[in-house]
Amino acid sequence: MDMILSSLPSLASGAWLTLQLVALSLALGLLLSVGVALARLSGSVLLRAPAVAFIFLFRSTPLLVQIFLIFYGAGQFVAVRDSFLWPVLREPYWCAIIALTLNNAAYTGEILRGGIQAVSFGQIEAARALGMHRLLLFRRIVLPQAFRQILPAYGNEMIQMVQATSLASTITLMELTGAARAVASRSFQPVEMFVIAGLFYLAMNFAIAQAVRWGEKRLAHAG
Amino acid sequence: MNLSAAAAKSVPAVQVEGLHKRFGENEVLKGVSLSAAQGEVVALIGSSGSGKSTLLRCINLLETPDDGRVLIQGEEIAMKKDRAGRAQPADSRQVDRIRQRCGMVFQSFNLWTHMTVLENIIEAPVHVLGRNREEAVARAEGLLAKVGLSAKRDAYPSQMSGGQQQRAAIARMLAMDPQVMLFDEPTSALDPELVGEVLKVMRDLADEGATMLLVTHEMAFAREVSHKVVFLHQGRIEEQGTPDELFGNPQSERCRQFLMREGGR
Repeated sequence: MDMILSSLPSLASGAWLTLQLVALSLALGLLLSVGVALARLSGSVLLRAPAVAFIFLFRSTPLLVQIFLIFYGAGQFVAVRDSFLWPVLREPYWCAIIALTLNNAAYTGEILRGGIQAVSFGQIEAARALGMHRLLLFRRIVLPQAFRQILPAYGNEMIQMVQATSLASTITLMELTGAARAVASRSFQPVEMFVIAGLFYLAMNFAIAQAVRWGEKRLAHAG
Repeated sequence: MNLSAAAAKSVPAVQVEGLHKRFGENEVLKGVSLSAAQGEVVALIGSSGSGKSTLLRCINLLETPDDGRVLIQGEEIAMKKDRAGRAQPADSRQVDRIRQRCGMVFQSFNLWTHMTVLENIIEAPVHVLGRNREEAVARAEGLLAKVGLSAKRDAYPSQMSGGQQQRAAIARMLAMDPQVMLFDEPTSALDPELVGEVLKVMRDLADEGATMLLVTHEMAFAREVSHKVVFLHQGRIEEQGTPDELFGNPQSERCRQFLMREGGR
């Protein structure tokens, strides 16, 4: 029991790091995914082809491989080590966030593309007929409707993102899983430690699931 | 009805010259010319596929005409050819500007489903015209009263009947103070018992001197409110005239047959 109590601070700081990884990479990933979805839907091959390649690459390789490639791979190049990016790319923290963000943007971009395409043409025409220019139309009409459409699928993606952060422990980050393993090997009580870590994950995902449910309910009448 | 006042203004509200539009192999408009004076109500009638909706949609460039000219209050919409040789609007900002002056009401209402009625109405005045939000709300409330929907101010489109949605869509159009109103079969998607409430709102607009172009299958309504009726057949204007001329004494055989079919419904 004492062991469990004394482990809590390091598990809590691990949970805090996990929370940061989740929040930052979800926020950045969401921003990036709008660009990915738009490029993917663009009429220009110059925009569409990179988006298709990006989505294909990041959905077709394991996230763990992506994390390793960014963490170990980037430092291989002298050009990278000499560039302004190095202070960022030598930090496991930022490498994890970059990998998680890119991975998340690829998946969310595809989900969002489907949502954008599902917006009915009449909704867009009504906006055009009132003289809305393209950007305004996208921001005020298409994007809100697309988000409503993708909310259930995006909720899934957010939850998977929480689990995915555990891979950051492989590049020395003491997030929740990393912290639990470290404490477990010190205390020889792996089951207890991982149960506690599991409860932390459970709490985070419960909060996400509740938020999604609340959002869906709020938007239900606006169907 | 103020035909004489309308005739006094020399620049037509809408003028269309030699309009051609094809979808693939199918030529839907084969050189249509038409004008509507300020304050005039023009009804476009014809069987489905005659091109009447396409003609209406060419006026605010929801369809891009392949050839011909469109002038709104004397301002010609500038066109250019793209690299494939297809006609394109030369200046999308001009098109946006023209659309702000030409309101349109659709067969399927097309209210934005993620906004309440009030939000639908103030959206374009606030974000397109840059009007003050409080003023836009006050104006919207006035318009809702005018179309008899004050109680539905905070309802979402999915919570309203078709007739209510269409009246809200008309209020949304009116909030932009359009110089020209385009109605694309505004009652065709409605249950018969809901048609009347929408027609009443449109009749009020016509009585107030609005310039309206109206695609419709409501022959009695077209006869009652319009100053000019245009009968289209296979992408051409077959016959046009005052409602009394066209309904009372149609000159072309096709128009006569069409009116007999429509009247028999």
